[in-house]
Amino acid sequence: MFERDDLIIEARHLTKSYQISRNRTLTACDDVSLNFYKNRTLGIVGESGCGKSTFIRMAVGLEKPTSGEIMFHGKNITERKGEELRLSRRNIQMIFQDPGEAFHPRMKVKEIICEPLLNYNLIKKNQMDSKARELLEMVELPGSFAERYPHDMSGGQRQRIGIARALALEPEVIICDEITSALDVSVQQTIVELLLDLQKRKQISIGFISHDLALVQQFAHQIAVMYLGNVVEILSGKEVSTKARHPYTQALLDSIFDLNMDFSKEIVSMESEIPSPLNIPDGCPFQNRCIHCMKVCRAEKPGLWEIEPDHLVACHQFNRFNYREDQ
Amino acid sequence: MLEIQNISVNYNKSGKPAVENFSLAVKQGEICCLVGESGSGKTSVIRAVMGNLSRQGRVTRGDIFFEGDSLLSYTANDWRKIYGTEISMIFQDSGAMLNPIRTIGSQFVEYIRAHGTYTRKEAWEKGVQMLEHACLPDGEHIMKSYPFQLSGGMKQRVGIAFSMVFKPRLLLADEPTSALDITMQAQMIRQMMKLREEYGTSIIMITHNLALAAYMSDHIVVMRDGKIADSGDRDHILHHSQAEYTKKLLSAVPSLGGDNYV
Repeated sequence: MFERDDLIIEARHLTKSYQISRNRTLTACDDVSLNFYKNRTLGIVGESGCGKSTFIRMAVGLEKPTSGEIMFHGKNITERKGEELRLSRRNIQMIFQDPGEAFHPRMKVKEIICEPLLNYNLIKKNQMDSKARELLEMVELPGSFAERYPHDMSGGQRQRIGIARALALEPEVIICDEITSALDVSVQQTIVELLLDLQKRKQISIGFISHDLALVQQFAHQIAVMYLGNVVEILSGKEVSTKARHPYTQALLDSIFDLNMDFSKEIVSMESEIPSPLNIPDGCPFQNRCIHCMKVCRAEKPGLWEIEPDHLVACHQFNRFNYREDQ
Repeated sequence: MLEIQNISVNYNKSGKPAVENFSLAVKQGEICCLVGESGSGKTSVIRAVMGNLSRQGRVTRGDIFFEGDSLLSYTANDWRKIYGTEISMIFQDSGAMLNPIRTIGSQFVEYIRAHGTYTRKEAWEKGVQMLEHACLPDGEHIMKSYPFQLSGGMKQRVGIAFSMVFKPRLLLADEPTSALDITMQAQMIRQMMKLREEYGTSIIMITHNLALAAYMSDHIVVMRDGKIADSGDRDHILHHSQAEYTKKLLSAVPSLGGDNYV
C-alpha cells in the first residue's frame, strides 16, 4: 500500500524542545518519524498538547526542529533558508483551523486565492479574474464569489477558500490543521468529501490533523496517535475500530460518543488528567493513566514495535509478546 | 416543571425572529438536548429561559413557566432569588466566567455567600466539598489556585461545582463540552448524569454532537432556522424520524467502523 517510490516527505526522528527556564525544557515533540505518501492521507490524532501541531509546523517549515531531519523526495530540507526555502514552500501548503482568522479581512477572495500565484510569478495581474474563477469552481463555489470579502461568507464557504488558496500552487502535500473543528457536522462532511475528491483528481498527499478519531478513521490511509509528544500507535484508518492495541488508543475509542454505541452502557472515561508536558515521567509517557502499567513501563520508554505489517505500537505489552515469539 | 409555550425571540423589531413558535416542556429529572447547526437559535432559547438575552433580544410572543410562575414577569429582584439556587447555568467556556486575577476560592466564597446565608468559613468548606464532589481531588489546592493555573477540563469542572452548590432544580448547559478533549468530554457527561441521579436535577443542554445527545437525553429537539425541525426520544430520532433534516444530520455524523471513503 505504501510504496517507497511514492514517498514525498519523510520526517526522521524529529524532536522539538523549548527552553522554558535555565534548567527546564519542554519537549513538545519527541523523536517522531512519520511519512507522507503520494495520494495517501496521514491522519494525526491526539488530545490538545500532544505535539501534533508542533510536528506539522516543523514538516511545513514554520518551525525548526531541535534535532532530526526532514527529507523531501530524498533531499534533506531541514536546513534550507532564503530563496531555497521560499521556493520549497510551493510544494507543501497548509490549511488552517479557523477560516475566520486565516484571511486578511480587507482582501477580496480573488486576491486571497491568487496571491500565492502572484508571489511565484505564475500568472500576471490581468489573469487574476479568470484564474480565481477556475479555482473557485474547483472547490465548488460560484465564480461570482471572487469579488466578495471573507466576512460575507459562511464558515464552510471560507474553509473552501482556504482549500482553494492551498491548492492554487498545485502542491504535492497539503497539511490540514483541524480544518473542520469550527464547522457544523453537515458542513464538515462536505468539506471532507471535497478534499478527498481533490485528492483523487490531483494525487496529493494529505496530512490531516484532528482530535476527532471517528472522523479521521473514515478516510485516512494511515493514522498516527500521539500522546505527550510521542507517537504511540500507527495503524491503518480502516482498522482503528477493530485492531487498535495501545491502551491510550483504546481509551480514546472508549470515550467517543457514537451513534452506533450501546446506549444502555455507561460511557467509559479516564478519570485522570493529562500530565503537564513539563514533567513527563521517565519511561512510558502514558504510565500514570494506564490500566496495564507494569514495572518496566516506569523504567524504560517503549519503542515503536511492528506487531503486524503497517501496524506499530509503542507499548511494553507488545514488546514482550514479540520477544516470546522470537524465542 | 419548566414549560416554554410558543415563544418567539426577536433581536430587532423589524427583522426575522431568531426563534419562532418554540415550545418545550421539561419534567423533574428529565434531560433534554437541543441540537442543530450554528445559528439555529439554540442559545437564544436557553438565554430566554435564563432571562438574559444579549443585546436587544426580547421574547416577543409566548410565555415561559417555571414551577407555574411566568418567568417573563420577573423583576431583577425575583431573578436574583432563583439564579444559582433554582436555575443555574454552565457555559461553553467556564474560564471566561472566572475572574482571572482572583483565586477560585475567593470567587467561590463570594458566590456562595451572595445566594445563601453562610459565614466565610462555612462557605469555604462548602466550596472545597463541592469541588471534590465534581471530581477535583484536593479541593483546598484548587480553591487557592488562579484560573490560569488550571487546565480547560478542570475549569469546566469548577463551573459544574459552582452551578451545583445549591442543588438547583434546573440546569442549563450551553455546549459545556465542545471546548474539551474527548476524554474530558466523557468525564463531564458522566458528572452531569450523576447530578440528575443524586439531586433529580433537570437538564437542558445544547450540543452539536448528536451521538452525545442520544446518549444522555430523554428528549431530543432538533432545531433549524429558529424552529423545531423534529423532536422525540432517542429511538424516534435515531431510527424512526420522518424529518429529512434529521436524516441528513445523522448521515453526516462520522461513525466508528461506519462508512469509509477510501
